[in-house]
Parts: sequence; C-alpha cells; structure tokens
Amino acid sequence: MRVLVCVKRVPFTGGKMVLTADSMALETRHLGFTISPHEECGVEEAVRLIEANGGESVVLTLGPPEAAEQLRDAMALGIDRAIHLQTDGQEWDAQATSSAIAEAVRADESASGPFDLIVFGNESADAGGYQVGLRVAYALGRPCATGLKGVKVEGLTVRCEQDVGGGRDVYALPLPAIVTVKEGLNLPRYPSVPGRMRAARKPVATSNPARPESQLQLIRLTVPGGSGRQTKLLGTGPSAAPAVVGMLREIGVA
Amino acid sequence: MTATALVLMEEGEPSEQAAFFARGWGDGTVHSVGVDAIKPYAPDAIAAILQRAADDLKAVAVLAAGTDRGNDVMARLAARTGLPFAANIVAADPADAIEVTRQRWGGSLLENAILISGRPLVTVAPYAVKAGNWPGPIAVDVKRYIAELDPRDMVVQVKEHIDPPGGGVSLAEAKVVVSGGRGVGSKEGFAIIEELAGLLGGRVGCSRVVTSAGWRPHTDQVGQTGTKISPDIYIACGISGATQHMAGCKGAKRILAINADAEAPIMSLADYAVVGDLKEVVPAISAEIRKNR
Repeated sequence: MRVLVCVKRVPFTGGKMVLTADSMALETRHLGFTISPHEECGVEEAVRLIEANGGESVVLTLGPPEAAEQLRDAMALGIDRAIHLQTDGQEWDAQATSSAIAEAVRADESASGPFDLIVFGNESADAGGYQVGLRVAYALGRPCATGLKGVKVEGLTVRCEQDVGGGRDVYALPLPAIVTVKEGLNLPRYPSVPGRMRAARKPVATSNPARPESQLQLIRLTVPGGSGRQTKLLGTGPSAAPAVVGMLREIGVA
Repeated sequence: MTATALVLMEEGEPSEQAAFFARGWGDGTVHSVGVDAIKPYAPDAIAAILQRAADDLKAVAVLAAGTDRGNDVMARLAARTGLPFAANIVAADPADAIEVTRQRWGGSLLENAILISGRPLVTVAPYAVKAGNWPGPIAVDVKRYIAELDPRDMVVQVKEHIDPPGGGVSLAEAKVVVSGGRGVGSKEGFAIIEELAGLLGGRVGCSRVVTSAGWRPHTDQVGQTGTKISPDIYIACGISGATQHMAGCKGAKRILAINADAEAPIMSLADYAVVGDLKEVVPAISAEIRKNR
C-alpha cells in the first residue's frame, strides 16, 4: 500500500510567547522546531502501516527551506521519501495550503499510483485552523474522518476511532481515504542513529508553488493578558504541608 | 426578508454560547440546525444540510461551537463551499470587512484577522463568550434537505459506539487533579502522585513530557494536545508550565504549583506555590491529610 503523511514545522514554545516587533509572528530566533505534535503520531502510524503491509510511505510539508529538517526527522523514523512544497517563510492560509497539497498529491499519484491513505494532524499546534485535511479530502473527492485516536486498515476499508465524551465513535471508510489524527493515537518511536544516516540519503522532491492571496488575512498577534492569578507562597519544602492542607480544607477538597 | 445567522446546535453550553453570539451577525435573528438531524452522526450530511439551509435563508453567516463536532462540520462546509473558515474565534466585528479575533496555540496566543467572505463561517471558542437570556434560535425544518441528500454525503457516518470504560470520574470532569511532570523522574515516581490524588478523591494527570516518555498513558495528559480540565484545584508537581501545558489547565479554579525551581514559569502562573522537591513535599502533604483524619 501507499501512505502519505502531511506535517507542519512549528516552534517549541516553552514557557512564554514572545512576538516579533511588528506583532505579525512569534519570535523564534531562540526556539527549536519540531513536527506539530498530532502529526508526529501521523508519521509513526504511516511507518507502522508500511511495516505491516509493505509498500511505500511518503512525507509532505509546505513550509520554508528549513522545514527540510522535519522531513529528515520523519524519514529517520522510517518514511521512504519526501515532498517539500517550499515557501519563502510567509504564512499560507488553510485554503492556499490545501490547494497546493491537493495539486502535489495529484502529481505524485499520476507518477507513482494512488495513495491508499493520506494522514494529517487534526489541527496544527500553531495556527489551529482545523481544516486542511478536510479541504484536501474534498478537493480529491475522498472520504475523511477527523480527530482520530485509532486507525486500522482492514482490507479495503479503514476503521477509524474518535474520542467522544470518554467513549469512542467508530467509522469504516472505503479506501482511498483521508484521516486526521490526534496525539495519543500511538507512542512515536525515537529515531535511531542508523535511521538518521539512512534519512540523509533518502530523496526529497522540492518545488516552489506560488502563494495565492489569503482569504483570512492576519492583522496582528497578541499575547493574552496574564492568568490574573496572584501567587501566594505557601512555604518551602515539606514543612509547607500544613499550610497546603489548610488551604485544601478551606476550599473543601481535603 | 430578515438578515439571519445560522447556527449548528449540539448539546451543551458551547453551542448555547455560539447561538447567543450569532445574534450579533444579522438583524438579531438566528436559525439553527441540530448536529443530530442525522443519527448517528454523519458530518458531510450535516454540512450539506447547513449549506442548503444557509442558501435558502440567505444566511449572513454560519456559526458553530469550537468543539470537535463543530470544527469538523464547519470545515466540511467551508471545503464544499470554497469559503474561508475561522476556527475558535473569541470576538468579531461583523462590519463590511469582518475582523475576527481567534485563538492560536490552544488559546496561548490571539490572532486578529480579516475574513474576506460573502458568508463568514466561524466557530466560537468554548467558554470564550457568555450566553444570556433569550428565546433561543428558530429551528430549521430539515426534512426536505434530508430527503434530498446525496448518498455520497452518507459515506462518513458513525457505525458503532464504544462506551467509556467504567470506574470513576473522567479527567475532564474531575474536581481535583494532581499532575506530575518531568520532575517526577520515572513511571514509578508517580506512586506518590497517585497516593495524593487518591486521598483527595481526584484524578492523576501529567504533562506531555511524561506521556512522550511512556511513563503515563496519553489519556492522563493535561495540555493543548491532551485533555482540557477545569477542576476546583489543580496540583501541578514538577511541571515547569510550558504554554502547551497551561493551555490545558488554565480553566482550573485554583492552581497549586510544587516545584524545586522557584523561577519555573508555573510558579508565577499559579495561585499557590511551594518551593521544594516534590519527592519530599508530596508525601508530606499526604501524611498531613492522614494525620488530620
């Protein structure tokens, strides 16, 4: 089978959000970058599917030249090759992103055959648009289930499990299909040294799609006001225990 | 003809908030379609019904709550209509050029953006706006739309439901949550966290570092990519307070942080703080609770 996983390069934000001087972006000079968390599980799932069924796994990203780092990370975990839709670092909105991805999928499929499954994260950690996977699904005319914590290919269908109120809803989609997944789907493996060495030699196909006008145009970013909480120090070390329990009694939980 | 907004309704407060908020988009009239118009849940079919209803009503905007279902259906409506969609807005100025304020990073950052659209599609972030008293939306008669559904819109439909495992209150609903982070040090280290949670009748939570290390299952994770909680008190032990984590626990009424590092971000984001080694402080709190029983 053939599986495609789409990932986004996002910064590790740490303890505090700091904006650039023009308030149009996060200040990322001092931050590391990663594959957006839900998509890390997407990469792991794609690798497992190919390990179990044979075939080819491909990773795709739309992002700046530096996003090649995240493609190598995915290939270090076992993905076979990569497609890099390179941007100049400007943000693309969800519609522009999904059109470019749908077009890249069509091009790759006409050369290498159809993808049985295309995996997205449910939403990116940074923009949180909740729509790229579904827009690609519509563009390609394929069924899509979202927010999945369980994905199992069973013959010509994919069984999809979605958390709902503590329980789970189950879908069975005919392949080819598109799924959007959430962290908790699986526990991603760590890359091995040989995996990293192999990844360095795997092919990356790069292209530079043109960025269409955005229909959701960013004006500015703001960091929301503080938590509004005033911190009261209850003590230092184990001797703080009586003060803690006193507070717990006061609010009625101990 | 009235200038109505159309809202997707689910059970629960977030939809009531979205419906109340929708009054600001037209002349104050709001029509609604229930997410349960098709049972079991079939999101493409619901999106198709919303599309038909919005066209017939000439709806000025379509809104839903920023829940899993709300975002799922609205993104499908956006895809099938080719319109832009802004998820999880917290405010809007529905003038000619619609300016929305929406959540990024699970609410750790806000974005102001112009939505260029003849029919704005938005979801309203849960608990970001308040609902007031009003008669409620006018339910749209969807019978005809259901009769005319394209079978392709019924391909994605829930086929089976698995009930939640029994035993106790869920993390999302717990009144007390005691969480451990990197500072706990190991899977075994959670014994003292479990003990304190047990004494307080609460649930155990953890940070993302802990689930990535495999010390706890992902179902215990509090955070942007885990569970969002709203307990009476959240006790965070050995957790630094990264934005990813705070996005999950900011709904807590009170936060107690126990951390060896007095400079950790969480120490200034909490209501109460104890500076110290959690491996000493947490057992001391448990002992103090026992002593007084």
